[in-house]
Amino acid sequence: MSNRAKLFIPAAFFLVMLGLLLFGLGKGRDPNHVPSALTNRPLPEFTRQALFDPNGTVSSEQLRGGIFLVNFWGTWCAPCHYEHPYLVEISEREPDITFVGVNVSADYPGEPERARDFLDERGNPFKISLIDDDGSLGIDFGVTGAPETFVIDSSGTIRYRHVGVIDNDVWAETFEPLLAQIR
Amino acid sequence: MMRCFLPLLFLFLAPGLFAAAPIEDITFADAEQQARYDKLIAELRCPKCLNSNLAGSDAPIAASLRTEIREQLAEGRSDDEIIEFMTARYGDFVLYRPRLTAGTAALWFGPLVLLAVGFIVLRRMLVTARAQREDDLSPEEMQKLQTLLNDKDAR
Repeated sequence: MSNRAKLFIPAAFFLVMLGLLLFGLGKGRDPNHVPSALTNRPLPEFTRQALFDPNGTVSSEQLRGGIFLVNFWGTWCAPCHYEHPYLVEISEREPDITFVGVNVSADYPGEPERARDFLDERGNPFKISLIDDDGSLGIDFGVTGAPETFVIDSSGTIRYRHVGVIDNDVWAETFEPLLAQIR
Repeated sequence: MMRCFLPLLFLFLAPGLFAAAPIEDITFADAEQQARYDKLIAELRCPKCLNSNLAGSDAPIAASLRTEIREQLAEGRSDDEIIEFMTARYGDFVLYRPRLTAGTAALWFGPLVLLAVGFIVLRRMLVTARAQREDDLSPEEMQKLQTLLNDKDAR
């Protein structure tokens, strides 16, 4: 390499670093995004108490043979309040998807009671509702907070994990294309 | 001034005296289990808060995971089993000490490669510098130079 060409090495290095920086700051890249370990893996097996029937249980066996949307929520979670009317609306619009509500009640005494009142009052988008009373179901799903929503396909495989609220925009941009694919 | 300053200073420093990481009332079967617990929560990352480990996070999920790890330790699970449990749910992301795979090879060996490149560059620079020194004046030339300088002084 000629000496003249060598002079360009620092400049080339700088341009590469600049490129990496712009890529890192690029549009559509969320620095807080954490890849989900459960995508394309089978639904974890579980049996938990049902929210509305004190003697009933809900098990992972019931989440087979259709498309399920598993939503982790709690009345203590403000974004869940924001999300709730959208879930009601979408569940009415998409009758072939079974909405499953997991009420996260660990560390929140009296939560199941409040959750029942909340759903009675503001409408219940969930055909199946269960209680995660010790947080272990959330851990098995790799949940980091509420709300989080998982799409389960008819073979019982987790196809997508959504962190944060679902509203009409999120539904149209993210969920509809995926559902079109797995329906 | 000083009289007013000292209590103020104390006020600002005081929280530091009490700000230990999350306070939990924990008892372990033995010191060895405690040591393993401390090591695990230091090396596992909180999946919610990204830049802190389980030990230093106040997030509810970190508290749940600390409890989970304590329970698994009490059940006699090995460190590897607990790490496997965590990565199955939260991915390799939660490991502050990444596993050696094709994807992480650059992380593990990149610094060594850079160090090697640095040594090569340094060596070449030293060799060039020595070559230049050898280009210096020969004894005869030195003498000639000295004569010239002396001439100049004499004039």
